[in-house]
Amino acid sequence: MWRDHLTEIIVFTALFLLVSAMGFVAARWRAPRDMAHLDEWGLGGRNFGGWITWFLVGGDLYTAYTFVAVPALVFGAGAMGFFAVPYTIVIYPLVFLVLCRLWSVSHRHGFVTPADFVRRRFDSPVLALLVAITGIVATMPYIALQLVGIEAVLKTMGVTGESALARHLPIVIAFAILAAYTYQSGLRAPALIAFVKDTLIYIVILVAVLWLPYKLGGWGSIFASAEAKFAASPNPGDGILLNANNQLQYVTLAFGSALALFLYPHSITGVLASRNRDVIKRNMSALPAYSLLLGLIALLGYMAIAAGVKPLPGATAGSTDGNTIVPVLFDQQFPDWFAGVAYAAIGIGALVPAAIMSIAAANLFTRNIYKEYLKRDATAAQEANVSKITSLVVKVGAVACIVFLDPQFSIDLQLIGGVIILQTLPAVALGLYTRWFHRGALVAGWVAGMSMGMWMLYQIGNPVTGRKHFAGSAFPLSEFGFDTTKTIYVGIVAVLVNLVVAALATLALRAAKVADGVDGTTSDDYFADEGDPRVTPGPTRGADAAPEPVA
Amino acid sequence: MTALDPETPQTASSRAKDHSPWNWLLFIPIVVPLIPVLFNADSPRVLGFPRFYWLQLVYILLGVATTTLVYQMTKKRGGR
Repeated sequence: MWRDHLTEIIVFTALFLLVSAMGFVAARWRAPRDMAHLDEWGLGGRNFGGWITWFLVGGDLYTAYTFVAVPALVFGAGAMGFFAVPYTIVIYPLVFLVLCRLWSVSHRHGFVTPADFVRRRFDSPVLALLVAITGIVATMPYIALQLVGIEAVLKTMGVTGESALARHLPIVIAFAILAAYTYQSGLRAPALIAFVKDTLIYIVILVAVLWLPYKLGGWGSIFASAEAKFAASPNPGDGILLNANNQLQYVTLAFGSALALFLYPHSITGVLASRNRDVIKRNMSALPAYSLLLGLIALLGYMAIAAGVKPLPGATAGSTDGNTIVPVLFDQQFPDWFAGVAYAAIGIGALVPAAIMSIAAANLFTRNIYKEYLKRDATAAQEANVSKITSLVVKVGAVACIVFLDPQFSIDLQLIGGVIILQTLPAVALGLYTRWFHRGALVAGWVAGMSMGMWMLYQIGNPVTGRKHFAGSAFPLSEFGFDTTKTIYVGIVAVLVNLVVAALATLALRAAKVADGVDGTTSDDYFADEGDPRVTPGPTRGADAAPEPVA
Repeated sequence: MTALDPETPQTASSRAKDHSPWNWLLFIPIVVPLIPVLFNADSPRVLGFPRFYWLQLVYILLGVATTTLVYQMTKKRGGR
C-alpha cells in the first residue's frame, strides 16, 4: 500500500519537482543569443567545460537502468554481473584517442551526428542513412528502459493500480514534464539536472556501502551468504567467481559493450558538446570515478542477498521483477526519508539519459533523414525546430512501448540494440582513422554483420524460463561446430563478420574499379581544436556567455 | 587554451601529438582488465572482498593512472 510509504513519496516528489523547475530554467543558463540552431539546442552550444562534461557524460552513460539492472544481475547470477566494471574501465582509454578525432572533425565541419561524419568522409548518403537508422533503432528501446528504472522505484513505493492506465499514470506525467523542458531547453536541461542527479547518487551509494555492510555483518559475511545462495541454486552458471564456461563470455561482453557504448548516438552527443579536446581527455581520467560507483552499486546485489530481500512480483503471475531488489533493499534498510532520497536519485537518474538519448535520436533524424531526403535547403532554425518536435515524438514512442507492450520487449530490444550499434564500428570508428574501406563494402559489411547478429540472437534460448529466442547475448560456441560448452558475446562475432566482409568487398570493388566517392575531410581536420577556423561556421556566440571554472 | 594563432596554417604533427609513443600505454588498461586468469580467484581476500572484486576495482585506478599519464605527456606545449 502506498500509505506505508508516504514519507518516501513526499521526498521523491519534492526532489522530482525541484529538478523539473531546473529543467525549465536551464534554457537561460549559459544562454546563447540565438537558440534556434541545432548547435545550441542539440549540443548546448558546443561549449561545455570540464565539470559540466563530467556530470553530463557521467549522467548519460550510467543510467537509471544500469543502477537497477546491474545489481539485479549480480543478485541473480553473481560474478557475471560484474562485467560492468571491466566494461567501464576499458571504454575510457578506447575513447581517449578515437572520440577526440571525431570531436575535431565535427568541430571543423559542424557535424552534429556520427552519420554526418560518415556522409562527408565516405561521400555516401546510403551509408549515412544506415548509420542514422541504426542509431535511432538502438536508442529507442534504451529510452524505454529508463522508464523500467522509474517503474521499479514506483512499484516499491506502492504506487501501483489495478488498471494499466492508473499504473502508468505517474510515468506518463514524469515523461510529459521531461518532454516539455527538453523541448524548451535542449541539451542544457540534462546538463544542469545531471548535477543534482549525480550528487544524489554519490551520497546514496557512499552511505549504502558504508552503512549496509556494518548492518549486515561485514563484507566477509555478505560474500558468504551470496556463496551459499549460489551453491544451493541449480543454475550451473552462477557463483561469486566465473567458471570455465563463461569467462570468454565475460571478457567479450565487457569489450563488446565498451565498443558499443561509445558508438551510441547519446554518448557521441555528450562528447561533441564539450568545448575542446583537452576537456575530453581530462574527462577520460575523471569519468572512471563513476566506474567505482558502478562497481559498488553492483555489490548491492550481494547485500540484497545477505539482507534476505525478496523481489516484488512481476507483470505476469508467478514471475518476479528482479529490478525491484535495490529499491526493496533500500526500503528495508534505510529510514523512510533516506529511502525517498535514494528513489529520487534513481528516478532523476532516468531523466538525464532519457533526455540526452531523445535529443541524439532527434538530431539523427533531422540531419540525416529530414535534411538529406525531405528538405535539402532547411535553415538552421528549421533544423532546430524539427529536432525539438522529433524529440517529443521519440518520448511518446518510448512511453507507448512501456504502456502497451510487455517491458520485457524493451529489454530484448536493448539487447539487440547493443549488437546492432556495433555494426557502425567500421564506418564510424575505423573511418576516423582510415579511408581504406570502400563505401560500398561498408554497406555490405553492415548487412552481413546485422544478419549474423540477428541470426545468433534468434538462436539463443533459455531452458530455465522456457524462452526459445532472444533470451540473452551469450552464444554457445557449439552451434558453430566447436566441441566446447563455452559461450561468446554475439556482438563481437557479428562485428568480426562485418569487418571481414567489408575488407573482402573493398578488395573486390577496388579491383572492379567501382567509383568510391570523394573524401570531404583532410587529415588535418582530425586534429583541429578550439579556436581553429571552421569550414561550416557555427552560430554567433553571445559575448556574455559566462565562462565556467576549469577543472 | 588556444595557444595557436588560427591565422597561421599548422601541420597536424606540430599541434596535436596523436602519434606520440606514449599513446601505446593506453593498451595496458584495455588489455589487462580482460584477462580473467589474473582476477578470477577468491584468495587473497582484502577487507573481506575476494580477489575477483577488489582487483577489478583496483583496475579502475590503473585506467585513471594511465590516461592521466598519457594526457600529461602528450598535451600541447603552452597549455597548463
